[in-house]
This record gives sequence, C-alpha cells and structure tokens, in this order.
Amino acid sequence: MQITLNAHRAWLLAPLAGACLIAACSSEKTPEAKTAAAAHEIPGAHSAAHIDAAFEAALQSSFHPKGQAGMDRLERNDMQRACSSAEGPSTEVAQAIMKAAQENVKFPADGNYLGDWKAGKALASIGTGLQYSDDPSIPNGGNCYACHQMEPDEIAYGTIGPSLTGYGKLRGQSEEMLKFTWTRMYNPHAYNACSHMPRFGDAGILTEQQLKDAMAFLFDPESPVNQ
Amino acid sequence: MIPSQFKAWSVAALLVLSPSAFAQDEDVFAQYREMFGDDNPADLVSWDGEDLWSEARGPKNATLEECDLGLGPGVVEGAYAQLPRYFADTDKVMDLETRLVHCMVELQGFDAAEITAKPFTSTGEPQTDLEKLSTYIAGASKGMPVSIDLDHPKTKLAYELGKKMFFYRSGPYDFGCSTCHRQSGKRIRLQALPNLSPGAEDADKVYTTWPGYRISQGSVRTFEWRMRDCGRQQRMPEMTFGSDIAIGLITYLAAEANDAEMDAPGLKR
Repeated sequence: MQITLNAHRAWLLAPLAGACLIAACSSEKTPEAKTAAAAHEIPGAHSAAHIDAAFEAALQSSFHPKGQAGMDRLERNDMQRACSSAEGPSTEVAQAIMKAAQENVKFPADGNYLGDWKAGKALASIGTGLQYSDDPSIPNGGNCYACHQMEPDEIAYGTIGPSLTGYGKLRGQSEEMLKFTWTRMYNPHAYNACSHMPRFGDAGILTEQQLKDAMAFLFDPESPVNQ
Repeated sequence: MIPSQFKAWSVAALLVLSPSAFAQDEDVFAQYREMFGDDNPADLVSWDGEDLWSEARGPKNATLEECDLGLGPGVVEGAYAQLPRYFADTDKVMDLETRLVHCMVELQGFDAAEITAKPFTSTGEPQTDLEKLSTYIAGASKGMPVSIDLDHPKTKLAYELGKKMFFYRSGPYDFGCSTCHRQSGKRIRLQALPNLSPGAEDADKVYTTWPGYRISQGSVRTFEWRMRDCGRQQRMPEMTFGSDIAIGLITYLAAEANDAEMDAPGLKR
C-alpha cells in the first residue's frame, strides 16, 4: 500500500508540465505513433493541463440529467472551484470567498430571526431535497442531524460539524449572535471559506421561514436543544 | 425468499438493541453483522452468478466461459483483484461490470444498451444478471491482494480523473466525495464515514468489501452502484454506467487499496 502510494506521488512530481505523452494525449493516433510510444515504454504520467482537459471532457460524458438534477449541476461557482482540491485556496482567495459570502447574506425582512422550534426540529431530521430521486413538490429538509449533535437525547447524530447541543443556552439571544448564526446557516462560507456545509439560504435550499424555524430550534429556551 | 427472512431478522435485531448499545458502539451495524456469523445472503446471489457464467444464453446461445477478465479467457479466480485494468482489445480501462457487459455483447450477442439501461436492481426486485455475475466473480478473488497496475498511461489517467472527481465540489449543496470522505473518524448520523482521501488507510476496508449485501435494501450492491448512489446524494445528475468518471473513481479507490486482501462479497448496513 505505502509503496504504491509513494509511487503515485512520484509520478505526480514527474516534471512533465505541458508535455503530453503521445500515447496518452493525442486524440488521433496513427499506428506509427502508437508503436513509437510503446517502443519507449514510458509509464503513464500526465501533465496537470492534460488531466484537466481530460477531466472536463469526462465530466460531460459521464453524467446524464435525471429528474430535477440537470447537467448544470456540474458547473461550479468561484467558491466551488477554489474548494475543489486537497490543498484548498490561497489565503487571499479564501478571504475573497468569505467577503463575498458575507456581503450577500439576506437577513429576514421583518427583522425576526426566530420561528417555530418544533418545525425546526422536524427539519433537522429530514435528509431529502434536490436529489433526482426526490419529489420537487415536497419542501427540502435541513438534515442538520447528518452532521451535528443537537438535542442531548438524540443519539443518531453525525460528527462532520461541531456539536450544537445547548446552542442558545450557551450563547444567549443578542442581535449579534442571531445575525452570526443566521449568516452561518445562510452561507457558511462567510466564516469558513471551504466549509463542508451547504449554503442553506444562499443556494435556496431552505426558505426564509424554514431558516427561522431552524434558528428557533437552536435558540428557543423551550427547544430540547437547550434542555 | 431468504432475503425477506433477513429483513424480518433485521427488525428483530434493531428492537433488541437498546439506545445505550447504539451510543456505546460507533458502528452498530458491526454488531448486527456479527449476528450473521459466516452467513451472507450475497452467497445466494453469487451461486446464481456462477450458474449464469457457464450457461449458454443470448442470441448467440453462448456461455461466458471465453470471457477474458484480464487474466486470459475464462480465468475468474483472482481477476477482480486486478480490475479495473487496461484492455488492449477495446483500448479502454474497464472495471468488472463494464467488462462483463462487453463479454455479454461480444460472446452472447446481448444488446449493451438494454443491459446498461437497468444495471442495478430496485429494492425488492430480483438481482440483475450483471449483479449476479459481479458477485460471483468478485468472490473468486477472496483473500487475494488488490493489485492495480497503473503503468499504462490510460490506467494512470483514470486514476487521476478519479482523484480529481473525489475533490470536485458542485451542485446546489456544494458537495463532493470529499465532503464526507476526507476526514478520519467522522460519521453521518450513526454511520461511520471512511476517509478515502489520497493515502488514507480506509480505502482498504471499503474497496475490498464491495460488492456487498446491503441489509437495509435486501440486495447485493456493486461498486458501480455505490459510485452512482454517492453522486445522487451529492445532488449530481445521474452518473452514467461505465463512464470515464465512474471508472476513474473505481480505479482511484482500487489503487488506494492496493495490497489489501479482497473480502467480497461484504455485508453492509
């Protein structure tokens, strides 16, 4: 295992930037070219540019639209593009992502951040929405429990995100805290450039009312999250 | 049918396990799997696959016994542990399922479009021929080390495409494979999430146990199915069977599992 992986890395480092191997890169291969490549027996290594080009073509040919999921879902915005690698973006790009996210948050028009915690609790366990297997006429879920601990009594919680148990009890309901939390739900990239969490408001996954309900589940003193 | 008996069992098993048992165990399905002992309903599917392999079928009324899975015509033992691989006759990198379709078309005269229109069974329906054959052939590599040779430029490229896809984030949820599978020790609700990023050790146990019997679905699921279903949950459009991205992801994960011992068909949650 280790040897193989090291070998992979070695190939990645192979200084072939810009220079595609005949066998791997030419789309139209003459028999002569094939033979020439085979004769040299150069093991496969590809430049980053060649991999990128092959990847773009592969992406388009490897999916087909189904239900509500069209091919446009393979396109990426700036944030998605910057967050699509192991290394992640540079500090400057990360800061630009966060700034853009902060500037585009839409706060509730009526200034009221908190809805019905019971509706928010229901939302936290619903994992459907926007998959091609989902009925588009049914409201999307929030699926908070996939990644966060919330009610102390709920044991089926995920751990990709931090625990939110006692969220409102620990933090209070100041205007700043409400705005901060709303922002994190609306577009988590405002505070974490490559957050794993969906942009529930910015991407239109949840409605304003649903976001309020999720907020209430976190902040309401009656909510089981705060018991 | 046996599968429905297992479903009844699963209900009973879940009733017996108390919440505290869940809380103590990171992977409650591990306990559940233990209850099966050495029995795996996938074995029934595998036996069907073994029969299918040597049965004269299709417009050409031929068996698959001349099918070359990479180790020569008719060699089944150990073939899965070395797939995906480059095949000179098609000038393509193929995984097991794609290669099986190729053989069913070439040797037996079946229509490729017909097979790939529904490669995977729906829950509650009988397994497809492709699933039966895949289960049988994967099982014939049990105990053998995964050995993916990346020397051929096309195999190497498939690996690179898979790795790129792993980190590719798009769609309304901004999800990529990496969203759930780039960290160690995480889980989604109660389900443990393997870290499948380059160099991470979890690819071993994941890759070597597919195809597997999915207890919650009462069906054997294959690796092509697994890739497609992850894409569905990422809110992507549907991943095409045998596509460059599907083969790329499988090549990437298989190579990351190099030297690990095959242990398919597995038993899954």
